[in-house]
Amino acid sequence: MQVLLGILLWCVASYAAAHKPSDSYLTLQVGGERVAVQWDIALRDLDLALGLDADGDDRITWGELRARHEAIETYALARLRVEADGAVCPAGAVTHLVDQHSDGGYAVLRFDARCPAAPARLALRYVLLFDLDAQHKGLVQVNSEGRTLSRVFSEDSRTVEIALGDGASGTASAFLSYVREGIVHIAIGFDHVLFLVSLLLPAVLVRRDGRWHPADGARAAAIDVGKVVTAFTAAHSLTLTAATLGAVSLPSRWVESAIAASVVIVALDNLRPMLPLARWHAAFLFGLVHGLGFASVLGDLGLPPGALALSLLGFNLGVELGQLAIVATFLPLAWTMRAGRVYRQGVFAAGSVGVAAVATTWFVERAFDVKVFG
Amino acid sequence: MNASSFVLAVCMLAASSTVQGAPRVPASDDVVVGTLPSGGTARSPALRALRGAASQQPEDLHAALALARHHVALGRATGDPRHAGHAQAALARWWRLPDPPEDVRLVRAILAQREHRFDAALADLDAILARRPSHAQARLTRATLLQVRGQWPEAAQECDRLPSQVPRAYVAACVLSVAALAGDPWNAYTQLAVVRDDVPPDDADALAWLDGLLAEMAERAGRDRDAETRYRAALAAAPGDPYLVGAYADFLLDRRRDREAFELTRAGRAADPLLLRHAIAAKRLGDGFAGEAAAQLRDRFAASRRRGDSAHQREEARAALELHGNAAEALRLARENWRVQKEPADAVVLLAAAVAANDAGSVGTVRDFMTVSGLRDVRLDRLLRAAAHPTRASLRNRE
Repeated sequence: MQVLLGILLWCVASYAAAHKPSDSYLTLQVGGERVAVQWDIALRDLDLALGLDADGDDRITWGELRARHEAIETYALARLRVEADGAVCPAGAVTHLVDQHSDGGYAVLRFDARCPAAPARLALRYVLLFDLDAQHKGLVQVNSEGRTLSRVFSEDSRTVEIALGDGASGTASAFLSYVREGIVHIAIGFDHVLFLVSLLLPAVLVRRDGRWHPADGARAAAIDVGKVVTAFTAAHSLTLTAATLGAVSLPSRWVESAIAASVVIVALDNLRPMLPLARWHAAFLFGLVHGLGFASVLGDLGLPPGALALSLLGFNLGVELGQLAIVATFLPLAWTMRAGRVYRQGVFAAGSVGVAAVATTWFVERAFDVKVFG
Repeated sequence: MNASSFVLAVCMLAASSTVQGAPRVPASDDVVVGTLPSGGTARSPALRALRGAASQQPEDLHAALALARHHVALGRATGDPRHAGHAQAALARWWRLPDPPEDVRLVRAILAQREHRFDAALADLDAILARRPSHAQARLTRATLLQVRGQWPEAAQECDRLPSQVPRAYVAACVLSVAALAGDPWNAYTQLAVVRDDVPPDDADALAWLDGLLAEMAERAGRDRDAETRYRAALAAAPGDPYLVGAYADFLLDRRRDREAFELTRAGRAADPLLLRHAIAAKRLGDGFAGEAAAQLRDRFAASRRRGDSAHQREEARAALELHGNAAEALRLARENWRVQKEPADAVVLLAAAVAANDAGSVGTVRDFMTVSGLRDVRLDRLLRAAAHPTRASLRNRE
């Protein structure tokens, strides 16, 4: 544990908010009549427009921001209009979040714009902040049926029109785009990758007399891996489906923290076995939690109501493909290396320490919402 | 993999997940979700008063100009590009007029020049000078702009046309900074040093400017000790000035005084050009911040490309060359940059990239430019020697 603590302390770094021209980031996900909007606006800009820093200490706390949520909502929504084929799509209830971009903290507004009918042409009018910062830009990304279009709003370009097509040709490409999203989520979702790798690390070893030895039979190792991967897949597919259909709903902070915790536990279990379960049981148990994490990603992508099953299937397929790719890369390597000291000490032991360290950081950050880095 | 690189890898992996953090709801009201630029600049009482006056009398050009000029000055002092947008917004009522008031044109020209939109800046300056040839600041700005573009004979002409009421030190600085580029930098240095000594000690702006010019002349002439003294004097007159900090940091980095460069750029690394120097120093020192700094820079360059800015190509080229080891990309960016501006620093970046990428054509571009323009710079001489000995160059490149 001392090693872990040392690594964590060594990593702590501070960094000042960067200088950057003013941009807001607008993402629209078109799914039928519903347009899911996410709008990231720099806290610095909102402070200039509305005054957020109540106590004048140059630091904006969540409390100060929360006190101004209503004002921010009114201010922002009055400066963006979404129209579908000439009819306004009014904004629904706004969820307020925060995020970091390369130049500091941003307020994140999420809401649905409800159009009278699925739009063939989407028209956007954007007038945020131009009166205060004439070089402000609104960077908008519109996702629809697997296509992504990017546009830039500026002081002299305040409206954007986008032709979305009739939607009939889009089914196959939409399905493929969800497959792609699933693969991408595995590829960039370090927590899932590390979880899987930590589970697989001991698969090419056997434990005898309190020590790890290289496994002799490829068949036994393969069955072991098969059981772990199948259990993980079955479990996360189950919760992914349940959560997407609305049958289960847990706060995302709880889910994200639990995912980080699962990585820590599995990695530590490699170093000193302590779980009173077979590994494939652990894979199933924790897989349930990871599925809930996948579901929140899928939710953020916005689901077209008519194609719920299709997108769910596509996304899940993508996740499995990504996962298979990891297993296919990792396993042959581990199998050839298993007899050497490099594997048992360098990869297996040190790797598990490293994974536990990283995941502990994530857990602390997610559970207590502090930034260990930056 | 040894222990320290293992720890580093773990840290980078952990940090990478936080950089691309997802939108979240903070755990409690006390969590700090953002910081503002310190009250001393963006939200000072002076700025608040100017903003109040301008918003109370939206048609009062004088109030709007006072606010805009304040933002222009803050932008120069802090390197924060948001001030340009605030200045423009303050003058929005007049900004797009076909024939705006002279003072609005001047602000417009200065901002266009900072964003490297040189043609737009020249158009405004020409319009001012056509009507009032004795407009000193327009004349001086035009001279600087032509100098940045590498049009040195034209720049020298502009300096000669400065009206008689301009203080002697400014005229001398204008004439001699062009002379130092197109001729012997040390000769210009000795002349400007005499002029500089006549500047009253309380005129910090003029002293910072002149000492900064002297430092660069001495550096190009290979007079390291004089350059260093002048850089320090300039920074004493204008502590933290982003341009001076960047130039002095380059001087230190060229001499492998990486620790000093690292410390010098620490406070100002919110600005991209200084973060670049900080990252280069960190990388050479093997400092743990190097990876994160390089990633931050990449994010910031990507963000400015997304909004359509290309004013940072000189810095981007250096990042490609010195942080990411991508000589081909560095050369592409340095060539793009060279089409827009031709200061000695631009020539240095282009030549360094050309040497690293083994591109004889671009080496020739710089060599021809030096012959035609008369530019002399010991940094370019060093690089040309490296280009003549490719093995040594590639060795240095691998360092």
